[in-house]
Amino acid sequence: MKKLTARILLTPAVGSLFLWMIVPLVMSIYFSVIRYNLMSPGEEEFIGLMNYHFFVTDPGFWPAVLNTFILIGAVIGITLVLGIALALLVNDKFPGQSLVRILLISPFFVMPAVNALLWKHMMMNPIYGVLAHVWHFFGLQPVNWLESFPLLSVIIMVSWQWLPFACLIFITSLQSMDREQLEAARMDGANYVQQFRYMYLPHLSRSVAVVIMIEMIFLLSVFAEIFTTTGGGPGFESTNIAFMIYVQGLMNFDVGVASAGGLFAVILANIASIFLIRIIGKNLEK
Amino acid sequence: MIKPLFWVRTAAAWIVALLIFFPIFWLGLTAFKTELQAISVPPHLFFTPTLENFVEVQERSDYLLYAKNSILTSVFSTLLGLLIAAPAAYAMAFFQTKRTKDLLVWMLSTKMMPAVGVLIPVYVVFQKYGLLDTKLGLTIIFTMSNLPIMVWMLYSYFKDIPREILEAARMDGASVFAEFRHVVLPLGVGGLASTALLCLVLSWNESFWSLNLSSANAGTLATLIASYSSPEGLFWAKLSAASLMAIAPIIVFGWFCQKQLVQGLTFGAVK
Repeated sequence: MKKLTARILLTPAVGSLFLWMIVPLVMSIYFSVIRYNLMSPGEEEFIGLMNYHFFVTDPGFWPAVLNTFILIGAVIGITLVLGIALALLVNDKFPGQSLVRILLISPFFVMPAVNALLWKHMMMNPIYGVLAHVWHFFGLQPVNWLESFPLLSVIIMVSWQWLPFACLIFITSLQSMDREQLEAARMDGANYVQQFRYMYLPHLSRSVAVVIMIEMIFLLSVFAEIFTTTGGGPGFESTNIAFMIYVQGLMNFDVGVASAGGLFAVILANIASIFLIRIIGKNLEK
Repeated sequence: MIKPLFWVRTAAAWIVALLIFFPIFWLGLTAFKTELQAISVPPHLFFTPTLENFVEVQERSDYLLYAKNSILTSVFSTLLGLLIAAPAAYAMAFFQTKRTKDLLVWMLSTKMMPAVGVLIPVYVVFQKYGLLDTKLGLTIIFTMSNLPIMVWMLYSYFKDIPREILEAARMDGASVFAEFRHVVLPLGVGGLASTALLCLVLSWNESFWSLNLSSANAGTLATLIASYSSPEGLFWAKLSAASLMAIAPIIVFGWFCQKQLVQGLTFGAVK
């Protein structure tokens, strides 16, 4: 009886997620082995693994794979280091603490499309942008960010958005720390580096794991920032796998190759998730 | 002795916070400038604010329609998500079996599937069933992409409800539904609220699916903003006004709910 009730309660969630996963997956597998271009209907035929071949030998493939890893790695690295530093900075009471926190977390609520346009036009524009003014102020030649450093520009935008997220979680975590223990360590003459190494860092380990997992999930499919700013270019310098599949499928109308790419992305994500979920699973059980 | 250090820290915290917030502040400022003021070098810091940009955004692209779509899709996807996720989380938290852990991990793994990986099939299915550029279609997508996170969050909240209370209710002969209604819901209401808040924020800001699956009919604010990325959209003051209107509601909302959001975002794992 109990079992039956539990099963009934679970069915909508399990069923809908199963459909959500299996239908696109099966369709992708099917599309990936046929010639299927929306611009030339009626020419569908089985071509085996050719689409995979086309996708992997596309000149944009390796740059896209590399860029995907660089983007994820850089943003996670930046947000972890700066996030912990900032959280420690605003942890103890000071005048205006709550206002500072509100300012700090705001970028997280900015939608990616706005984030991208904001940085592209108002911050990074080489003539009118705020950064150009700053460069002028120091007597330097302004940088054309999106043309000269496209990937770095995207990394800056995405980091600006996710730093508040990391920071917010670290702040919350620090608040649950045992004050008396910290005091005791200070009394015993532990310097700041020692406190950080033996008190703060171990305490934060769990939130570090959570931050890495969540950011990984969302950063694998960074799209709007690239779509609205660099369009993946110049060349393939800021194309990631997500954007590359989009170009194949919805701009070149080549559903076959795009599906092959999609499956590649799914496999990549699952390899990453196996490691992550293991780590997180262990962490959450404590 | 400690004092100087304290003030250095305070100043540092304020400076960093202002720097991080600066782009949003600048966006807000530009929204009230005329186009000419917006691109003047050096930038104007003091000027007479104008509301004409906001009026023009509404006239040119019907901001209110997009805003309505954003509100409807995010609210309904959140409600639908809760309706599906809450019973499942409840079942897993209170009728645990050996498979529960695997089921949870499997659910989260569907969230690891990158959206682009399934874009084409979803596009094709949506085309076939007339769901392209409809609010219903977007609502379904938002619900599905948030569902794994909702289940996880609710699960971690429900699990924290003391089992003794439930057992007492069962001893008193409460049915499963009475138990859910009178024990789990009241005690888990904080968790439900956090979950709902996070889903609202995520759906409101969702860009990938809205950009690819919606346009003039069901387009959300993300679609509207992206349409300004074309060369004709290069009116900075108007762009800023539109952007400000797109992010202001959810930023203010986020300020008020930050505490709940953290609990939600970390599946209650970080307290």
